[in-house]
Amino acid sequence: MKKHIFPAIKLTVVMLLFFAVIYPLIVWGIAQFAPNSGKGAVIEQDGRKYYANIGQSFTEDTYFWSRPSAVNYNASGSGGSNKGPSNEVYLAEVQARIDTFLAHNPAIDKSEIPVDLVTASGSGLDPHISVQAAKVQIKRIAKIRKIDESDLHKLIAENTDAPFLGVFGTERINVLQLNLALDKLNGHINTKKQ
Amino acid sequence: MNTEILGIIVMFTLSVLLAIPLGKYIAKVYAGEKTLLDPVFNPVERIFYRISSINIQSDMNWKQHMIALLTINMVWFLIGMLILMTQGSLPLNPDNNPGMSPDLAFNTVISFVVNCNLQHYSGETGLSYLGQFWLMFLQFVSAGTGMAAAVVLFRAFRDKSTSALGNFYDYFVRSCTRILLPVSFIIAIILVFEGTPMTFEGKDTMTTLQGNTVEVSTGPVAAFVPIKHVGTNGGGFFGVNSAHPFENPSYFSNMVEMVGQLIIPMAMIFAFGHFIRRKKLSRMIFSVMTVGFLMLAIPNINMETNGNQAISAMGIDNSLGAMEGKEIRLGAPASGFWSIVTTVISTGSVNAMHDSSMALSGMNELLAMMINSFYGGVGVGLLNFFIFIILAVFISGLMVGRTPEFLGKKVEAREIKIAMIIALLHPLLILVGTALAAALPQYTAASLNNPGFHGLSEMLYEYTSASANNGSGFEGLGDNTVWWNISTGFVLILSRFLPIIGPVAIAGLLAEKKFIPEGDGTLKTDTATFGLMTFAVIIIVAGLSFFPALTLGPIAEFFSMK
Repeated sequence: MKKHIFPAIKLTVVMLLFFAVIYPLIVWGIAQFAPNSGKGAVIEQDGRKYYANIGQSFTEDTYFWSRPSAVNYNASGSGGSNKGPSNEVYLAEVQARIDTFLAHNPAIDKSEIPVDLVTASGSGLDPHISVQAAKVQIKRIAKIRKIDESDLHKLIAENTDAPFLGVFGTERINVLQLNLALDKLNGHINTKKQ
Repeated sequence: MNTEILGIIVMFTLSVLLAIPLGKYIAKVYAGEKTLLDPVFNPVERIFYRISSINIQSDMNWKQHMIALLTINMVWFLIGMLILMTQGSLPLNPDNNPGMSPDLAFNTVISFVVNCNLQHYSGETGLSYLGQFWLMFLQFVSAGTGMAAAVVLFRAFRDKSTSALGNFYDYFVRSCTRILLPVSFIIAIILVFEGTPMTFEGKDTMTTLQGNTVEVSTGPVAAFVPIKHVGTNGGGFFGVNSAHPFENPSYFSNMVEMVGQLIIPMAMIFAFGHFIRRKKLSRMIFSVMTVGFLMLAIPNINMETNGNQAISAMGIDNSLGAMEGKEIRLGAPASGFWSIVTTVISTGSVNAMHDSSMALSGMNELLAMMINSFYGGVGVGLLNFFIFIILAVFISGLMVGRTPEFLGKKVEAREIKIAMIIALLHPLLILVGTALAAALPQYTAASLNNPGFHGLSEMLYEYTSASANNGSGFEGLGDNTVWWNISTGFVLILSRFLPIIGPVAIAGLLAEKKFIPEGDGTLKTDTATFGLMTFAVIIIVAGLSFFPALTLGPIAEFFSMK
C-alpha cells in the first residue's frame, strides 16, 4: 500500500487536470457554437426572453394549461411527486384535479381529459403537453378569447412537434410556444399583469 | 404509439450493433495493439506516467492489482471528503451553495467512488460547480476502476498458466482515456446542440408569460451527463437526473443517452470473447443476459403503457399510460424501457420517477438490481456474471459426477467458497438493511413518502440500489438523514469492493493452476445447455433469496389494488 500511495496521489492530480479541466473546457469551447452559446435554447417575444426547454406554470383560463407540477415550475430546483400508484391521498388529488378541470371546462366530457393534464411530471418542469391535452382546452379558450374554434385547431396543428425524424417517439406540444402563438393571434390579454 | 415502440426497438438494436465493433476495439486497447487513437493518447498517457512515476511494464499478480486499486480509491475518498465539505468557500460557486454535512459528504463521496451515485442531495442546491466537476471526475475513474478489474479476468483466462496479470494502472488509465472519454465526448457534443447547457454562470432569472418570476438553475451540464451514462454511473447534475429538460432535452437526446449507457456493458462481453479468443463463450454470455434483460424490459414497457388502473377507473382518457412522474417528450413506453436498462446495468440515472412506476414495474426494477448481472455495470457486470458461471460449473459438475472445470482450469473448494460468499453477500446486505430499517421506525418512518406496502418498497429499493451500486431510488424517500447516509454508505463499500475482489481472486487463483486440455469428458461452457444452467442458477439464487421481500412490497401492493 505504501508503495502505491504517492503514485496514486500524483496520478489523481494529473488525471484531474485532464478530465475535469481540459475536457470540460473543450466541451465549453464547442458549446459557444450551439444555440444561445450553450446557455440553453431561448425563445424571445415582445422583448422578453424565455427558456424553450423549461416548462412554465399556466393556470389562467386564457391560456392553454400546462401539466401539474410537484415543484410548481420553480426551475431553481426540480422534482416529481414520487407518489406510488396505490397511494389513496394521491388518487384523491388526481380526482380533485379532474373536478377542477371540469369546472373550468364545462363544455367537455370527462372521458376527453388526457391523463397528462392530471398527473405531475418527473421533473416538475415538463415543457410539453400531449396533443389531446391542447385540444380538450379549445372550447374554453375560444369562448373567453372570442376566437373561432377552427382557428385554434389550426394553431395546435401548427405548433405540434412531430416524432423525431417523423418515426421515433412522441408527438407533443410545447405549451409556451403554443401560448406565445396564441398571444400573437389574439393579443396579450393577461389581466394579472396589466 | 407505434412510433414509440419503434423508437425503443431502434435504441436497443443500435446499441447491439455499435457494441460489436466497440468490443473488438476494447479488446485491442487492453491487448496493447495498435488503434486509431494512439497518436492522441500515447503522448498523453506518457505524461501521466512520467509525472506520477509509474512503470506500467511491471506485471502484477491479482493481489497486487487489488492493493493498487484499493489505494487509489482511498485517495479519491479522502480528497472527496475534503472538497465536498469545504466547497462553500471554494471557487466556482456562483449560487453560493454551502458545504456538505459530514454524513452527507461521506455518503456522496463513497457513492461516487464506488460507481453507485446514490444522491441524497439535489445538484441545484447541494453542490458548487467545483463539487460537480469533482464528482464528474469520479464518474470517469470509478468506471475505469471497474473495467480495470474486469481486465484482470480477461488476462487470467488468456494465458495457459500464469500469475503475471498485467499492470493495474495501465488498464485503468486506458479505460478512462481510450474508451470512456472518446464516447463521452461524442455524446457531449450531441447534447450541446440538442439544448443541454454548458456554462459557468449561476442561476438565471426569468419572468414567465403569466408574469411570475422564477429562477432557472443551469451549469456545465453537457460535460457531466455523458459520463454518467457511458460509465454506468448515473449521478445526475440536477435533482431529477435525466428527467430534467436540460439533462435530457428531447427524444433524440434520450436515444443517445440510452445507447450511451448500453454500449460499453455490452461491448465488454464481446471484448472478453475477442481477448481470450473464445467468441462462442461471449455469445453464450450475451444471449443469457439478453434473454434476462428482455424478460424484465418487455413487461415494464407494457405495464407503463397501460397505465394506472385506479386512474382509468376515474373515467378519463388514460391512453398515454402511466404519466405520473413521466415527461411528455419521452412518453411512457420509452420511460418503462429506460427503467429496466438503468437498473440491469447499474447506471441508476432515471428519466422518470421510479417511485411512481406501476407496482409490478417497480418489482422488475428491483429484480434487475437484485440480479445485477444482465449486462451489469461497466466491468463489474461481467465479474458478477462470472460468479454465477462458477456456481453453475460447480453444480453441473456435481450433477454429472466430474471435477468441475472452467476453460481448462479445475474449480476447487477455495474458489467455490469465495463464489458462495460473494453470491450471498448481495442478499445479506439488502435484506438485513431493509429489515433493520423496518424494525427501527424511529429512524426511518418519517422519511417515507408513501404508506403501506409501497413504503416498504421504498426502503427495500434504497438498500437494493445501494448494494447493487445502482444509485437510482424510489426518490420519495427522504434519504438525507444520518441513518440513511451512514447505513447505505457502509452497504456501498462492502457491496462494491468485495464483489470486485472475489471474482478477481477466483480468476487469479485459476490462472495459476495447470491448464488441462479439453477432452471428451470436459463440460462445455459455451453451449446453450450451459447457458440455460447459468440462467437457472441466477433465477434460483435471486428468486429464493428475494421473493419473500418482494411479496411484502410490490406484489402485495399489486394485489391490494385489484
